[in-house]
Amino acid sequence: MYANCSFTNAAATELTMPGAVPGPHTEGVVETIETCGAVDGPGLRYVVFTRGCPLRCQYCHNPETQGKPKGDITTAEKVLADVKRYKAFIKRGGLTISGGEPLMQPAFVHAIFKGAKEAGIHTALDTSGFLGARASDELLKHVDLVLLDIKSGLSSTYKDVTGVQLSPTLDFAQRLDALGKSMWIRFVLVPGLTDSARNIEAVAKFVAKLKLVDRVEILPFHKMGEHKYEHAGLTYNLSNTPTPTREQVETARAIFARHGVEAR
Amino acid sequence: MNTGLGNNVASEDAVSSGSSSPWRGFTPGDWTDSIDVRDFIQKNHAPYLEGDDFLCGPTDRTLKLWDELKDLLAQERAAGGVLDADDKVVGKVDSHGAGYIDQSLEQIVGLQTDKPLKRALLPYGGLRVAAKALQAHHREMAPETADIFLKHRKTHNDGVFDAYTDDIRAARSAGIVTGLPDGYGRGRIIGDYRRVALYGVDRLIAEKNKILDEMQNEEFTEEWVREREEIVDQTRALEALKTMAAAYGCDIAKPAQNGREAVQWTYFGYLGAVKEQNGAAMSFGRTSTFFDIYFERDLEEGKINEAGIQEIIDHLVMKMRIVRFIRTADYDELFSGDPTWVTESIGGVGEDGRPLVSKCSFRMLHTLRNLGPSPEPNLTVLWADKLPQPFKDFCAKISIETSSIQYENDDLMRPYWGDDYGIACCVSAMRIGKQMQFFGARANLAKAMLYAINGGVDEKSGKQVAPAFDAFKGEYLEYDELMARFDKMMDWLAKTYVKALNIIHYMHDKYCPEHLMMSLHDRTIFRTMACGIAGLSVAADSLSAVKYAKVKVVRNEDGLACDYQVEGEYPAYGNNDDRADDIACKLVETFMDKIREQPTYRNSVPTQSILTITSNVVYGKKTGNTPDGRKAGEPFAPGANPMHGRDRNGAIASMSSVAKLPYDQSQDGISYTFSIVPKALGKDDGERVNNLVDLLDGYFTNKGHHINVNVFDRETLQDAMDHPEKYPQLTVRVSGYAVNFIKLTREQQIDLINRTFHGAF
Repeated sequence: MYANCSFTNAAATELTMPGAVPGPHTEGVVETIETCGAVDGPGLRYVVFTRGCPLRCQYCHNPETQGKPKGDITTAEKVLADVKRYKAFIKRGGLTISGGEPLMQPAFVHAIFKGAKEAGIHTALDTSGFLGARASDELLKHVDLVLLDIKSGLSSTYKDVTGVQLSPTLDFAQRLDALGKSMWIRFVLVPGLTDSARNIEAVAKFVAKLKLVDRVEILPFHKMGEHKYEHAGLTYNLSNTPTPTREQVETARAIFARHGVEAR
Repeated sequence: MNTGLGNNVASEDAVSSGSSSPWRGFTPGDWTDSIDVRDFIQKNHAPYLEGDDFLCGPTDRTLKLWDELKDLLAQERAAGGVLDADDKVVGKVDSHGAGYIDQSLEQIVGLQTDKPLKRALLPYGGLRVAAKALQAHHREMAPETADIFLKHRKTHNDGVFDAYTDDIRAARSAGIVTGLPDGYGRGRIIGDYRRVALYGVDRLIAEKNKILDEMQNEEFTEEWVREREEIVDQTRALEALKTMAAAYGCDIAKPAQNGREAVQWTYFGYLGAVKEQNGAAMSFGRTSTFFDIYFERDLEEGKINEAGIQEIIDHLVMKMRIVRFIRTADYDELFSGDPTWVTESIGGVGEDGRPLVSKCSFRMLHTLRNLGPSPEPNLTVLWADKLPQPFKDFCAKISIETSSIQYENDDLMRPYWGDDYGIACCVSAMRIGKQMQFFGARANLAKAMLYAINGGVDEKSGKQVAPAFDAFKGEYLEYDELMARFDKMMDWLAKTYVKALNIIHYMHDKYCPEHLMMSLHDRTIFRTMACGIAGLSVAADSLSAVKYAKVKVVRNEDGLACDYQVEGEYPAYGNNDDRADDIACKLVETFMDKIREQPTYRNSVPTQSILTITSNVVYGKKTGNTPDGRKAGEPFAPGANPMHGRDRNGAIASMSSVAKLPYDQSQDGISYTFSIVPKALGKDDGERVNNLVDLLDGYFTNKGHHINVNVFDRETLQDAMDHPEKYPQLTVRVSGYAVNFIKLTREQQIDLINRTFHGAF
């Protein structure tokens, strides 16, 4: 049902919950959790994957989270209570909220992050930035690190990859920079889709201008989500796309390096 | 009887005097007056708090010797698992003369027989068993040797089967209890081999004689007579140990003079044990930091350098890697991969809070780099919050590189066992030289549940195994009723099971006693009756399914419940969900309580473990469909692991469930095996090390007891199945121990590959 649901910026805005004051009882929808996250932010992390995403990334490995947040309702308080059970593990790591797109449920995310910070837990927001405008400065105050996906540097490619516009993401990055937020920029390298030199270069140029980027990660495309498409009756367009070779990753890295950006 | 020799050696003068005194420079203490290795360590060790920069690679001699040994190991594999076996000479401490791999290279000497990888003939455990083991490898026992045991000497196995009851026989053949040490040596005893080095054998004999002297006027009891006889036999074993060492040109009557001798003398103690006994698990103890005290003195005296020390440790470890016993086909199926559990416990923290980490703790783990990964020795790190950070990081690094280390919670065990315990086999802690256990394999709780439903009838054979009572007649299983039936069935199981163990250990003491190992113990010994359970996660999930979903019973034409349909979802053990985890905890507690009610041989204290080794496959084969949805024949999860694929919240939720299982109800250990692909542990080596350290810290803070850590890709294992020749040293940690992956049966390889690889997606 989500497959036909097409989002514009305006349509996405309708999903916000204006006036909701984030607190322990703020409700939200979680797709799943991963208690042993080791790749979404520093250290070992409890990762909450929220439901709902306005993007339609061709390589999305959680297609079940696309569309509106729908499913069993939980509360920020319940999520936090569970996270706190893992404090012994995540002392050098923390909590990451990923998705889906967490900013589909800004009040929920806000409430969780606020509670996490009160409990002394490091917080990371994993986002495409497309709905960055929905993250209030107050919400961002409770975020230690933003994992920002810049899925392409060229607007046309971005639209092709994700189905939405690039500019909100770039605006969000600049806003985070101005606010003094630490960022990890992540770029998914998909052969034949995002690997053109011009496209990578555009990301690199943009990132080079940001002041607070702690890390740039090139994430090689993988097909681990493919079976979920079949399961959900969705079409997977990248069945014939190979994972990038080591050389392709190195080439991308070299492009970043030419702009003074060290990509891992 | 008292020779007084001990007192001479033990005087404080000896400690401080002369450059030739073996104890020169050591700080005296209680250990100088009585046999007390722990006190020696506490008085003399200095914690090492720095990193691994000091370590040295292998010497040329080491590389050459290891090459020769690797060649022999390849020949052993090519020969189908057994290179050579003695079919005539009955193995004893001093049964064979000296044997070498390459005398010109070996810095630590001593083999079980006259040739490397030649397995000893040890029929005291059972003549038929020994004959069958030889036959499994296309050999026959020499008739004159067989004759002795046929005509003149009864064995452990004979004694056990003389006394077994009908109940026990039925339970055994149905597989509701499996793996009982009635056809192989019980093992799981650790002699304090360090005593040989610290005191020399003459002093140890003198101490035994002193005990004999002191006990002369004690009141008669059967235990008293037995003890007197045992102590005299122990002194004979110690005499034999001297003879054995003398064949290698070593006089171990006197204490070791330096680090190399300390290692050699200690190894001789161990070697005597593995020449005399083919116990399932023949563990080494806790020696690294003991050795370190000698090496530190050597370094101070300018007698050795780092490369020289590492060479000695590497050579010791090579010997530990080639301990061998010949086994029957049944045994090999149960405990796959030719394991010997030469477990060495490393690290931990003293009762005074000082880490027991020394440079030798590093050196011992470093052998996994110098010689490559290996299942043996079973290197076991005793993890504690207060271990030095550089040591924690080093362990994690080696784990990631080799998947050859297991970890156990020192902070959890120290209050029970002090700071000089060692791990026997996989997870069983015992105070070294002061404690032993009567190893008891395990009872199958999942199968017991099926018996509870079917009124004691076996779901596979249709035979009445447990006492008959009304079978469950309804359409859907009902929780309270199932629990009541299950409880009753566990009563019968505990009774039958412990009775079997009592018989086994009575006969083992009588016909196959471990004189040498026990000679390296105190007079007063704390004995445990180490029971165990298998199928915990299957039983817990089954109960959870009945409680939180609906489970419909499917019956065959005989009316026997033979399958179950789960309708709806249920919380499974392994998701850190108390609904299921509480059921698992309660089961552990309930069965332990039932074991505690049983009388035990030699006043042993009952304990239990949640450990399967590779027997989870055999148990699965012997158990029908279960109410959790598991199909007949499918393997159980190993040890205390959640069932494969049912843990959905990630590895930490899974291990948090395991950490809830109560150690006080399972003091023989709780085994958990964790496998992760490198990519899921972190983006680079540095991150992986930090994350693994945090994982271990978190798990142990939450009171987890044991964890095996495997870090490799599924593809590596798949490739190794098809091309074993490419992976001679690929080591995989399985419940409580490690094996050469290529030595597992294909079935077990598949089981291992199918098991949850955390972070595959």
